[in-house]
Amino acid sequence: MSATDPLTTADGLPLKRALMRAQRSARWRAFVLVAPLLLFVVVTFLVPIGQMLHRSVHNPAFPANMPALTEWFRATPAGTSPDDRAFAALAADLKQAAANRTVAIVGTRINYDLPGTRSLFTATGRRAAALAPPFRTALLEADARWGDPALWAAMRNASSAYTPGFYLSALDLTRGNDGTIERVPEQRRVYVPLFLRTFGLSAAITGLCLLLAFPIAHMLATLPLRWSNLLMILVLLPFWTSLLVRTTSWIVLLQQQGVINSTLVALGILGDDGRLTMIYNQTGTVIAMTHVLLPFMVLPLYSVMRTINPAYVRAARSLGATSWTAFRRIYLPQTVPGIGAGALLVFILAVGYYITPALVGGASGQLISNLIAFHMQDSLNWSLAAALSALLLGAVVILYWLYDRLIGIDNMKLG
Amino acid sequence: MKKLLVLTTAMAGLALPGLAQEVTVMGWGGAYTASQIEAYHKPFTAKTGIKVNSVDADNPATPIKAQVEARNVSIDVASVEIADAVRLCDEGLVEIIDAASLPAAPDGTPAMEDFIEGTLSECMVPTDVFSTVVAYDASKFPNGGPTTIADFFDTAKFPGKRGVKKGAKVMLEMALMADGVPAAEVYEVLGTAEGVDRAFAKLSSIKNDAVFWEAGSQPPQLLADGEVSMTIAWNGRIFNAAMADNKPFEIMWDGQVFEWEGWVIPKGAPNMEAALEFVKFSTSTEPLAAAANWISYGPPRKSSAPLVGTFKNEGKVPMSPHLPTSPENLTNALASSLEFWADHDTELNERFNAWLAAN
Amino acid sequence: MPIPSYATPLERFWQYTYRVICGLVFLFLIAPILIVIPLSFNVEPYFTFTERMLAFDPEGYSLRWYDTLLTFGMQAPEAPRDAAWWGDAWRNAHWIKATKNSIIIGAFSTLLATVLGTLAALGLSRPEMPFRSTIMAILISPMIVPLIITATGLFFFYSMTGLAGSYLGIILAHATLGIPFVIITVTATLVGFDHSLTRAAASLGAAPSTTFFRITMPLILPGVISGALFAFVTSFDEVVVVLFVAGHEQQTIPRQMWNGIREQISPAILAVATILVLVSIALLSTVELLRRRSERLRGVTPR
Repeated sequence: MSATDPLTTADGLPLKRALMRAQRSARWRAFVLVAPLLLFVVVTFLVPIGQMLHRSVHNPAFPANMPALTEWFRATPAGTSPDDRAFAALAADLKQAAANRTVAIVGTRINYDLPGTRSLFTATGRRAAALAPPFRTALLEADARWGDPALWAAMRNASSAYTPGFYLSALDLTRGNDGTIERVPEQRRVYVPLFLRTFGLSAAITGLCLLLAFPIAHMLATLPLRWSNLLMILVLLPFWTSLLVRTTSWIVLLQQQGVINSTLVALGILGDDGRLTMIYNQTGTVIAMTHVLLPFMVLPLYSVMRTINPAYVRAARSLGATSWTAFRRIYLPQTVPGIGAGALLVFILAVGYYITPALVGGASGQLISNLIAFHMQDSLNWSLAAALSALLLGAVVILYWLYDRLIGIDNMKLG
Repeated sequence: MKKLLVLTTAMAGLALPGLAQEVTVMGWGGAYTASQIEAYHKPFTAKTGIKVNSVDADNPATPIKAQVEARNVSIDVASVEIADAVRLCDEGLVEIIDAASLPAAPDGTPAMEDFIEGTLSECMVPTDVFSTVVAYDASKFPNGGPTTIADFFDTAKFPGKRGVKKGAKVMLEMALMADGVPAAEVYEVLGTAEGVDRAFAKLSSIKNDAVFWEAGSQPPQLLADGEVSMTIAWNGRIFNAAMADNKPFEIMWDGQVFEWEGWVIPKGAPNMEAALEFVKFSTSTEPLAAAANWISYGPPRKSSAPLVGTFKNEGKVPMSPHLPTSPENLTNALASSLEFWADHDTELNERFNAWLAAN
Repeated sequence: MPIPSYATPLERFWQYTYRVICGLVFLFLIAPILIVIPLSFNVEPYFTFTERMLAFDPEGYSLRWYDTLLTFGMQAPEAPRDAAWWGDAWRNAHWIKATKNSIIIGAFSTLLATVLGTLAALGLSRPEMPFRSTIMAILISPMIVPLIITATGLFFFYSMTGLAGSYLGIILAHATLGIPFVIITVTATLVGFDHSLTRAAASLGAAPSTTFFRITMPLILPGVISGALFAFVTSFDEVVVVLFVAGHEQQTIPRQMWNGIREQISPAILAVATILVLVSIALLSTVELLRRRSERLRGVTPR
């Protein structure tokens, strides 16, 4: 065997190829172990979410139930004012929809884009069987609003099953009669302020968590192990306790006849009619969520602080730094990774919170999740719920990506 | 692998539907469902052997709509307000129930004539009339409680938090009546954009003092906990809470809004036959009268009225004066308009929600 | 952390303030959880300590709220407490039904999450794993994505596939939510895993399965068990998905609590809460013991 010959294994294969083959099979073996779970998560998690995202841009209620008018919209360019054929198609569709009991579904769909029009559809639908040509006159006699260009613009928008309209609604935007995008009137702006409130309250909760977690994480990291392990239980117990139990506790503590108010009244600090309102508003949401999320801040802070060598601070002190300077210039910068990890995690969890605000938030303490639930369960505007979910999901994914880049998912610790 | 096999068989076993005859009835929870269990469910099971599962919702009309639209129906019978029944019927989400098939009165009067006029609708068989009223804790107002609907919106004269129903229906009517609109003109005014603005402006005057409730069992609880001094509530819930727990709760009947409610059968109900049987049984003369003994809601059959007795049949408190339709409770009352709400419910609730979310 | 003798008065003052602040934060963490315990024994239906309770008068305490947990939903709660009464409670009492559901759903979803999660963690911790970080991010995402979004997606998906209102649907959903916890805890255990041990076993002629069951498994078992406990607690505590996709047959303890809190927050809820606090104390102790055992086994110096 000369030096230039490629190295071979015992069965005569070049070593490079054999190594590659071995590596490939090792990769393959690793992947086979992960594959069942990956498949499981794709089916039970990614597919449902993908399907929901599809729903946020897809709503076939109008084209499915108003075929003739949909055909007319397809045949004419945008901005065409309705002619006799359009009114005839509308009348035919209304008659058919009334017979199928789907008028209200169409009305509800148009009502999303043009509030106040559902009753136009249902009321006309009830008398649709009596409509006779000429249909333009008949419909305008039934209700003058059938001539409204805004209504026709809304119907044209709804006539295609795929629409960005629900995202516009979710951002408090609407399309004007001429197709330009504009903001909705001020008293109807709901979602953008709610997104801002959600981010604002989440930031406040994150800040509060940091403020409360910092001293105790520091104490846990510097105490002897025997003591810190004991105190750690106080942090971990809330973590293991049911969210509903913790929320219940806060209701018991904070309500008008609750423990805190009653204690303050009994001590004479408050008059019986001066009981504090601490729950069913933003205060309730902030207090309860801070409590719920605090362990998620303490744990990453603690694990970073534990690795900080106390010798650095001592060295700074011995070189003449005051304790404040030593803390600010030496200790604090070293805790930044922990602060980042904790703050991002708490913020991510806070923006999507549903249960706690629903139970203790009253009207002013609701977050965007609660509105998604409202559209899912009460108003049943599922496409809008999906669009709002998609926006929230977008925000969370960006934050999650940031977390992964800055801290790394592998470094997530649980207790 | 064996583990997996055990797992899948166990799961398949769990997923199997019950084979026994049963019917799932969705009600409004709390005292109202309790009254229906006593007056309808128990006697029905005793008579037919069909098991009745009772399920609660804040307003069953919403989950019914969601279930039918998602094509995933688990409810056989649901209790809904008449305007919602008409709305669901318009949308083809509930079954049409032939009123002629309902049992006749004991004296042979056919059901079509026995039910009070206007209560039967295409898809709903009525069970009771209920009223939305202002209720208050008398101990909070030693100098006398509110006497008119306007007092509910007057936090200067009657300080304290207000329990407000989280929904447009009834709240808008009450706001207009409190703002001086006579009961007879409420729906005319509410039909205009200005009227709606006016109602919301009135509601805004108490928004900062409002605690919003969703389930009917919340208002008596809010009163009991001292969270509010005055609340919008359903009269039966307040009456039952006052009777059961000996609470100083009073009902102010001025400005009450009364309405019928009853059973609907969602399209695609899994136990359709049993559902129909349950509806027929529970809306016959005697069960309807019995229900009025368990909660202060009035029966819709003329033949039931004379059979209404005392609270829980204990012989102490006669029920008739506590029903919404008792003449002395009707001096300034509004009959909820089913046409108006069947058409405008979605729009006005959307507006209400925007109003609620706005700071 | 004794205060050094050279500390200035200001620093001394700050040290004491610091301890007080920490004490208050710990109080904030723990007090709300413990406060429900005595209140659940209140004889009155209020959420405050009555004078009789403060005086430790036995008359002020009672087990009545625990009793209502048994009787609520029963056909004949007033009947004499014989075998038939207990049978009635077992079949019909709402809280007992909810407990049964929570345990069934929790057990199956934990099993599923643990088996799949452990296998995947073994794969993920191999250095050869392709697309490691992307796949890891996907598998952890159920923990990060807001529950309301997961629940919304599942509502549509389950309505379409007929899984809505079935035990299987809830079990699959809860397994998905528990998986990130299993992955995180098991991969954390594998970080300190000495691969020369498995190589040694292989070189001594052990088959891969023997190596796994005799060498790997015992070493990672503490991590697997604590991952399983996390997954169980996740399922045991989950309410949003249950609210959206469960039928009335699958009401769990948190779902029942949700009803109770929204409608009539009676001390019966506090009785449930107390029981759950005791359960979580037991679970936490188990996890702590496992963690210490694991550190000892693997020779990692305790922190």
